Amino acid sequence: MKETIRIGCGAGFSGDRLEPAVILVQQGQLDYLVLECLAERTIALAQKRKRQDPTLGYDPLLERRMECLLPHLLEKKVRLITNMGAANPPAAAEKICAIARQLQLPVTVATVTGDDVLQQLTGNEPALETGKPLNESGALISANAYLGADAILPALATEANIIITGRVADPSLFVAPLVHEFGWSLDNANQIGQGTVIGHLLECAGQLTGGYFADPGRKDIPDMAHLGHPFADISADGTAVFSKVAGTGGLVSVATATEQLLYEVMNPGQYFTPDVVADFTQVRLDQSGSDQVRATGGRGQTRPDTLKVSVGYDAGFVGEGEISYAGSNALGRAKLAGAIVQQRLQDRFADLRVDYIGSTSVHRTAFGHYPDPYEIRLRVAGRAATAKEAALVGEEVEALYTNGPAGGGGARKYVHEIVGIVSTLIDRNQVSPHLTVLHA
Amino acid sequence: MKTKLYSLAHSRAGDKGNTLTLSLIPYNPEDYPVLCTQVTVEAVKNHLCEIVAGEITRYELPNLPALQFVCQQALTGGVTTSLTMDTHGKSLSYALLEMEIAH
Repeated sequence: MKETIRIGCGAGFSGDRLEPAVILVQQGQLDYLVLECLAERTIALAQKRKRQDPTLGYDPLLERRMECLLPHLLEKKVRLITNMGAANPPAAAEKICAIARQLQLPVTVATVTGDDVLQQLTGNEPALETGKPLNESGALISANAYLGADAILPALATEANIIITGRVADPSLFVAPLVHEFGWSLDNANQIGQGTVIGHLLECAGQLTGGYFADPGRKDIPDMAHLGHPFADISADGTAVFSKVAGTGGLVSVATATEQLLYEVMNPGQYFTPDVVADFTQVRLDQSGSDQVRATGGRGQTRPDTLKVSVGYDAGFVGEGEISYAGSNALGRAKLAGAIVQQRLQDRFADLRVDYIGSTSVHRTAFGHYPDPYEIRLRVAGRAATAKEAALVGEEVEALYTNGPAGGGGARKYVHEIVGIVSTLIDRNQVSPHLTVLHA
Repeated sequence: MKTKLYSLAHSRAGDKGNTLTLSLIPYNPEDYPVLCTQVTVEAVKNHLCEIVAGEITRYELPNLPALQFVCQQALTGGVTTSLTMDTHGKSLSYALLEMEIAH
């Protein structure tokens, strides 16, 4: 058994940059690389792609990531664990094998499935958010249970270079190799709790290394353009030291790690995953060197008997229109434009939103007293059942070119298909993870 | 003297459905007790009254040190169906930091 295991995280979301993962594998002396690419909505969108084409439904960047990573993964003997399988892990595995054959690389891919539980739901199960039956939200598109580390362990026991999954709880992607390497018991809640702290700190990649932390003049971060993604050296007792590849941009400090530790944590004493109910309240973060933070003290209680299921449903379409005003009375003209569009559309849209970009669009309000902005951009958004109806919003905004207040410019219009997400719980005994191994 | 939280602490926003999480981490650990005393649930509720419609829970994490605010009904329906620009509420960390306290 190795004394320490080094796990890197090369992607913190589906659209993350490609290069940091390549640098981690080339220069990071990793044992494992994790790519976390699956948000709640991503899998429902992937399910839609799979319906249109059964060979699709995996992460849209899978090919590009694999083409640049595969040669380095094999050369450096780094195992990859990723949820890029999204709604179709078997198709993702086939695609990886095809890329490996093209590159003439001998690759073994282990596929973990079993998270797709759509067929097992009746639609009458209560949504955690509303208490109402799931199918009252809309037509169900997808239902994926969050699998845990136990689902990945059989894959790690094979010779696979690459382990590809669908919906797995993000920290479990990191807990699994720790359990595999150190022989930790899944019943040792304190150890799995610490493993979950490690996974939670790593899972958003650049959010740990100062990326999402930076605020010039207040929280300065060096060389952001070359931001490195993190890795952790984990000892058998669970002590973890987080760092990044020397020479990359960014910063690993107690402050950057504290922001990430609390990110999306709904109750620091009870962080639910399929593996454990983790307790972050006793975690200690210490600066153990330059760009080095040591984390200890994660604990936990016995894992829940149920698994969370993320359920996607059709939520119609959103239409948007934007147009800009600048100079004297810019906000006044934008507000007149907003009122005109609202009057024209309010009878056709139950749900219409008017925002003034540059003033109150993202905080939905303004604190303190600010002077009127020199430029302002009107944005109107409305939801409708069909794309054609939703398009009316952008059409009315664009029509302000000739009909609206003076000086409107730069109109743009968009229509997006919307997938809603609700959650429910499923008994873990009703979910059976399955392993398939492919050789290229 | 009134001081913006921005000059004393940093924050990151997170989302789960329609719930917003906001951390509040003092740059200087010695300011943690001041934050505990003044950045109460009531004060944050009042400050974010146009953003958070539901309950707010505050967790104290003296080990870090940091405070964590969990705000219900704060994302106009949640990431997936909201019509707002910032559906995740990611920018709202800086809404909390606009709050003023006596310091």
